[in-house]
Amino acid sequence: MSAGVYKETILDHYRHPRNYGDLPDANARAKEANVICGDTIEMQLKLNGKRIQEVKFRGQGCAISVASASMLTELSKGKPISEIKKLGKKDIIHLLGTDPGPARAECALLGLKVMKMAIYSHLGIEMPQDPGET
Amino acid sequence: MAVLEETTMALNVDKIRHDFPILKRKIGRKPLVYLDSAATSQKPKAVVDAIERYYREYNANVHRSVHRLSEEATIGFEQSREKFARFIGAKSPKEVVFVRNATEALNLVVLSWARANLRSGDRVVLTEMEHHSNIVPWQMLAKEKGIKLDYVAINDDGLLNWESFKELMKERPQVLSVAHVSNALGTINPIREMAREAHSVGATVIVDAAQSVPHMPVDVTDLECDFMAVSGHKMLAPTGIGALYGRYDLLDHMEPLMGGGEMIKEVHLQDARWNDLPWKFEAGTPNIEGVIGLGAAVDYLSNLGMQNVRQHEKNITKYALEQLESVKGLVLYGTKDIEKRGAAISFNLGDIHAHDLATILDTQGIAIRSGHHCAQPLMERLKVPATSRASFYIYNTKHEVDILVKALETAGKMFKV
Repeated sequence: MSAGVYKETILDHYRHPRNYGDLPDANARAKEANVICGDTIEMQLKLNGKRIQEVKFRGQGCAISVASASMLTELSKGKPISEIKKLGKKDIIHLLGTDPGPARAECALLGLKVMKMAIYSHLGIEMPQDPGET
Repeated sequence: MAVLEETTMALNVDKIRHDFPILKRKIGRKPLVYLDSAATSQKPKAVVDAIERYYREYNANVHRSVHRLSEEATIGFEQSREKFARFIGAKSPKEVVFVRNATEALNLVVLSWARANLRSGDRVVLTEMEHHSNIVPWQMLAKEKGIKLDYVAINDDGLLNWESFKELMKERPQVLSVAHVSNALGTINPIREMAREAHSVGATVIVDAAQSVPHMPVDVTDLECDFMAVSGHKMLAPTGIGALYGRYDLLDHMEPLMGGGEMIKEVHLQDARWNDLPWKFEAGTPNIEGVIGLGAAVDYLSNLGMQNVRQHEKNITKYALEQLESVKGLVLYGTKDIEKRGAAISFNLGDIHAHDLATILDTQGIAIRSGHHCAQPLMERLKVPATSRASFYIYNTKHEVDILVKALETAGKMFKV
């Protein structure tokens, strides 16, 4: 773990999470807790055919989990669902700009996991195991 | 307690640190500052050497063969039991059953003794500060048998609420099962006084001593407890070894939890006769290296003197509490009364999540624990999702406290607390 994990961008997203709040006309929702930290992230998506039209999230957690969820909402808006389904650990590390290491990987991947849960439940198909590890 | 009158001597921490090779490690470029002994202690060379010697010189199964190696292994194994029994003030080594850890010890009591002796409507009293290992096994039994679980409330300072305790004793519970020292708050519970009250209403007293036996003189006879659970790995011994102390008459009337080799006297096609105590509860080849390591750990701690260990921890905890109070935005949980607390200190710094704080401290070489400490009901009571915990042991120094305080101040600035 390097001292640079808590980059300014991560702290900024943590202090001022983007797309935070509720999406009343969402048609895909999911919520999940990370057992290690007790962090909770909820994702609300408006899926328009094959694209993510709008997304909001809420949650309580550490800087890593909140910042990665916040960054993910920015990235995913307007993107095809198929692209989000393909995202994995490497993409989240790239997004964060730093690898938080194995001890914090679950925190970093929580937002992506919840977003995929919302998408798969909307599609009515079972989510593949360990979506974040792909 | 007689030991209280003994004079204490300061621990020679420099010399002690020399006995723990891991403390010379660097984390990145920083020297390791290990403040997570409440999770598991580091191991002195004497313990590692004892285990290595067993494998190099007398590795054999115990209680089986008549050859020399087996005889030596059996002697080493049973001598460790005698040492441990003396260490906790048991009247006989027969009252010490080796298990994997304190969790297994508590489960053994619940699954064997409590399952056979409790009936629907019976009450079990726990406290709000229990570790999950002293909650979940009882919940499992409660579902099966229809028993009721009551929890002694705690005060805001982390001490047990005595009124709440007395009220629950009026219900004449069958069991009081309580942590001697809280792993999350450091609170030392007044076990002897609680045991007296509980016994006066006919309850059986079970003590989770995972956080006390490594840190202070503990005497089961003096505390008047009926069962006591201990983990070896928190007291310098390896992981995978722990002990259940049980009063002889209680253990004698209990049924074994597991069947197999070692725990029997004779086996026929349709039935078997159980072995004597304590082997009745030790089915299968035991953790021989673990038991031998535990014996060496008991020797190490006995040489230091547990009263001296406790005094050292009081000194460093007092110093740490004073220094931590000066950190801007830092909230301490638990009592400040040094006589009523052990060496585990829980805190939060501003609104920094405990895991972020632990990650930042890790970059400074400092190992602390963050999270719910396997005590989620307590976290709910404190109304926090998690805390950070620094815990001290025989090898920690005031200088390390200073390093912790400085790192916390840096983290506070980083997160603009």
